[in-house]
Amino acid sequence: MKHNFIFHLGRFLTWMRQVFSKPENMRMYWKETMRQMNDIGIGSLIIVILISTFMGAVMAVQISYQLGGQLIPRYYVGYLIRDITVIELAPTITCLVLAGKVGSNMAAEIGGMRQKEHIDAMEIMGVNTPAYLVMPKIFAAICVVPMLVAVAALVSIAGAFVSSVPTGLFTAAEYVEGIRAFFEPYNVFMMFVKAVVFGFILSAISCYQGYFVTGGSIELGKASTAAVVMSNIGILIADYFIAVLLTQ
Amino acid sequence: MIRAENISKSFGDQVVLEDINLTFEAGKTNLIIGRSGAGKTVLLKILVGLYPPSSGIVWYSDVNFTALDKKKVRDIRMQVGMLFQGTALFDSMTIEENVRFPMDMFTNKTAKEKLDRVNYCLERVSLKDVLKKYPSQLSGGMQKRVGIARAIVLEPKYLFCDEPNSGLDPKTSLVIDELIHDITVEKNITTIINTHDMNSVMEIGDNIALIHEGKLAWEGNKEEVLTSKNEILQSFVFASPFLQKVRDLHADE
Repeated sequence: MKHNFIFHLGRFLTWMRQVFSKPENMRMYWKETMRQMNDIGIGSLIIVILISTFMGAVMAVQISYQLGGQLIPRYYVGYLIRDITVIELAPTITCLVLAGKVGSNMAAEIGGMRQKEHIDAMEIMGVNTPAYLVMPKIFAAICVVPMLVAVAALVSIAGAFVSSVPTGLFTAAEYVEGIRAFFEPYNVFMMFVKAVVFGFILSAISCYQGYFVTGGSIELGKASTAAVVMSNIGILIADYFIAVLLTQ
Repeated sequence: MIRAENISKSFGDQVVLEDINLTFEAGKTNLIIGRSGAGKTVLLKILVGLYPPSSGIVWYSDVNFTALDKKKVRDIRMQVGMLFQGTALFDSMTIEENVRFPMDMFTNKTAKEKLDRVNYCLERVSLKDVLKKYPSQLSGGMQKRVGIARAIVLEPKYLFCDEPNSGLDPKTSLVIDELIHDITVEKNITTIINTHDMNSVMEIGDNIALIHEGKLAWEGNKEEVLTSKNEILQSFVFASPFLQKVRDLHADE
């Protein structure tokens, strides 16, 4: 059978119907969702903080460099860093990183269960495996990814301050003035919309890649890679459409 | 009782099973035997609903299992237990959690009731002091027993075993065979075992079906294995010189 895009899209949509069907036992699903939230949230916090710090630091240095010597007030650096971070970099970069870390982990976990017949064993017990294995992961991602994105935004803005104020690129007062200037709460809303959509994309695509894996360890490795690549592509495409829809 | 009616299965152009008609009775150990690649595992997976047949019907008592929608299939599956060739125990769970899992999922029992049931099932398969251990800390034979405990925890009406003796020494294999047989008789379960272990055939084969190149080649019981003139059965069962001597001795008697 030729596994083209239409085949995967059809199978994905049919599978999603099973994923979002009524849980057999809410307590078990809740327990699994909490475990996933911990894995995704706490497990990714360090890398998100690390990346966001340097993201903010680099932005501060480069924006200062580009605006240096022009007739633009220096507090604009803080304003630009805040808006670029909130609107674009915090949700997108964080989710691209999470697709690599969390997405590959989800694909490998579910794919491994498929290969060790754990999924078959659950099916034979009567468990709706798409729902039990995937729904908690998607819910956990939708809840936790926005929190991680918010942390990323905060840390990135703080990272810019910490890296640039002591080195004299701009003063603390200028930076704080920039951070507070022209604040538009709608941008934060846009950041959270992106975070929720990207959280869904990275978890659903990664679980799909793992759930339908066939063969051995090489195929599992390929599925894990495909999970990251397809999630990243999905996130970037969604980023464009959200930007178009929410900025019109 | 489970009945396979005119079951055929193809993967693309490759015909794996052709017109299989079999009846698996309750309270008996029903064995499906055959050489590697004969189609035994595919037949077992069709019977349990993991593969759809290309044609034919699987009946669970008087229910057409093949025609059921996914929800009703799940309802039937709550009456099914399965022991996998590789045990399929969940690595990240303790033995207690593994055996308790079906109860956690489908029953409203209290924690104490569940623990009592887990202890009963583990005692039934002669395992002690393993509740807090992980599957990787147990031997292959112990893992198989945990697999049986998990399979019987919801008191199934149907028990499927895929190569229950693979990777086990002859003595442990015997223990596992006896355990499956005893549970089958005790609880009046319809048990279907997929095996090519000749000890199992001769020890617990109440009903035996030989699959050869995707077709049903012979049906009978363990006594008839020794007397049957079926050439395919003879070449399969008495493949080794040792077993040929056993057959000859039996004939002399």
